[in-house]
Amino acid sequence: MFEYAPAPESRSVVDIASSYGLFIDGSFDGGKDGDVFKTINPATEEVLAEVATAGPEDVDRAVAAARRAFGSWSALPGAERAKYLFRIARIIQERSRELAVLESLDNGKPIRDSRDVDLPLVAAHFFYYAGWADKLAYAGFGPDPRPLGVAAQVIPWNFPLLMLAWKVAPALATGNTVVLKPAETTPLSALFFADVCRQAELPPGVVNIVTGAGDTGAYLVAHPDVDKVAFTGSTEVGREIARTVSGTGKRLTLELGGKAANIVFDDAPIDQAVEGIVNGIFFNQGHVCCAGSRLLVQESLFEPLIDSLKRRMATLRVGDPLDKNTDIGAINSAAQLARIRELSEIGASEGAERWSPECPLPDRGFWFAPTIFTGVTQAHRIAREEIFGPVLSVLTFRTPDEAVAKANNTPYGLSAGVWTEKGSRILAVADRLRAGVVWANTFNKFDPASPFGGYKESGYGREGGRHGLEAYLA
Amino acid sequence: MPKTSKVVETATRLTVRKTYKLYIGGKFPRSESGRTFVADGDNVALASRKDARDAVLAARAAQPKWAGATAYNRGQVLYRVAEMLEARRAEFTALGVPADEVDAAVDRWVWYAGWSDKIAQVAGGANPVAGPFFNISAPEPTGVVAVVAPASLLGLVSVIAPAIVTGNTTVVLTAGPQVAITLAEVLATSDVPGGVVNLLTGRYAETAPWLASHDDVNALDLTGVDHPDLAAELERAAAGTLKRVIRPRTSPDFTADPGLRPMTALLETKTVWHPKGY
Repeated sequence: MFEYAPAPESRSVVDIASSYGLFIDGSFDGGKDGDVFKTINPATEEVLAEVATAGPEDVDRAVAAARRAFGSWSALPGAERAKYLFRIARIIQERSRELAVLESLDNGKPIRDSRDVDLPLVAAHFFYYAGWADKLAYAGFGPDPRPLGVAAQVIPWNFPLLMLAWKVAPALATGNTVVLKPAETTPLSALFFADVCRQAELPPGVVNIVTGAGDTGAYLVAHPDVDKVAFTGSTEVGREIARTVSGTGKRLTLELGGKAANIVFDDAPIDQAVEGIVNGIFFNQGHVCCAGSRLLVQESLFEPLIDSLKRRMATLRVGDPLDKNTDIGAINSAAQLARIRELSEIGASEGAERWSPECPLPDRGFWFAPTIFTGVTQAHRIAREEIFGPVLSVLTFRTPDEAVAKANNTPYGLSAGVWTEKGSRILAVADRLRAGVVWANTFNKFDPASPFGGYKESGYGREGGRHGLEAYLA
Repeated sequence: MPKTSKVVETATRLTVRKTYKLYIGGKFPRSESGRTFVADGDNVALASRKDARDAVLAARAAQPKWAGATAYNRGQVLYRVAEMLEARRAEFTALGVPADEVDAAVDRWVWYAGWSDKIAQVAGGANPVAGPFFNISAPEPTGVVAVVAPASLLGLVSVIAPAIVTGNTTVVLTAGPQVAITLAEVLATSDVPGGVVNLLTGRYAETAPWLASHDDVNALDLTGVDHPDLAAELERAAAGTLKRVIRPRTSPDFTADPGLRPMTALLETKTVWHPKGY
């Protein structure tokens, strides 16, 4: 492994205040009951800021502000709404270095990912949906599609600003107004986005940001004056939200968990496949709902592939998220680290063989070395449950039929990968995989024009592309 | 539904009556429970929880092959249903279905028959992503759909046809049992494979909760549920396995243009990426 000198990105480009209020009706204010929580840098456990907890009264105010703003926002000509979104996209591009550093500080993800993946995709998402705002009649949802009203949006901590973009951009383009709750452990980039909205002179109330934990989110999605609920997060919480919304007539889209199979046939280009496997499970510390967390290897390829994968894993650099050479950053929270550790220990105790490269980890902060388990069976919990960390379960298969059967043997259906040089096999396998996104000879690629979302218990509705408009149109 | 022209039984020849049974897996079994109920003078099978589960098994077993048939083939099958319904129109008018409703039901089968090989082009296509990738989205059937159907013939056709045209299979809880089972006879004499449509007569309030919570049902269409509280309860039960739920806010006008939603609500979008390069 090459030795690199430390190459830290400067954090002086971002100015984090010591405390943040809620963004309601175009301005920041403290929560009504004065409750706050701390958000920390998971790489150092240093407190970054105190953030207000939105209580019921605060959420009521935010929903009321969004309701008031809805009339004039939805009545704006689409071309004018588009220009606000184009402005937002431009401001995000202009401030992308600042926002990337902020995201890495609050989330723990490597600066290379926040700089090269998250922020470019955030800006692109706003650009993409900006262009739809005045073309909705051509989107295939009838000649005069109408917005739904106030959208309640609850997003996860793994891609904080990108998930915000996936939610806010299509909602605004279609003429809805939003109340968005970022995750408790990563509220900062959403609060900076509020400042982006201010710079763009977005009318007050069109975007409202309420911070807090699960209680705030539960109150928001149950709010009687909300017309639409959009949630990205765990399948368990998704089920609860579906129950809450039942019988209300609110529209609902859910983007939930996954346990994606990454299928490698014995004719696959091995070096590319190894890169794809590494990207599939170790990108973003494995905090990815569509992570390729089950590797299905054709039996004849097992040994050379695993040898090659281990060699590659030994070169992964785990550490300071702000270092430009870091491949794997910090686990987002102590709670998530505990879950990853627990499931990994269960994996070992159920009989799978655990392996990690030699990997010094920092003393402070939340860290987990990249890990693979071999000898995993379909009955093992690490083959069935979403770990949401840098942990790969390896299974084998002999025939394409067996690969497909094993890949589909899960209640989830978000994504899958296929590696083979044979085109007809790619198409046949892709046809039979019950998953919303299939990456063939690639993995973890995202684009605003490409619909994303799951089958089965991975949720319903699509985000991205023309399909993503439907969730916000009557 | 009142019958307008029941055949008069004379002393010279006793009419052979029809036994109204369930339609599961292409066969017409009695309810495993042995129960019947009287509907408009006929003893009709009263479907049980076990019948509903058997119907799900039949629907699941039929689903891969039906979805794997070519769209052209499914379109021909649906068109054949229209032909059979047209041929049997007198049976429906004898049951009291207005002639113009039978016409509309036939026409609806024809309309959906034509969609089979067009919906993928309208609902999917190539996505222009910012990179050297081939990227395409295509709709796929969501799987097994449980349907609480409206009583009318046109309503029944309007919930079944959009579900099956794209490759889903169905378990349909019907009101208006004579009309429903007569439609089953149409389906059985068309080329619809057994198990693609399963029809259960009886009380949907009794059977629907089992389908709403069933682990192997992918979607729930509540169009025929006329009690809001029951609809909400079924929707809540469906949340356990995150079923797709169709829940019209007001009772739909089945004579209107259905649009795409009855089909797209029961479709998944699959997006496939592949790199481009030499």
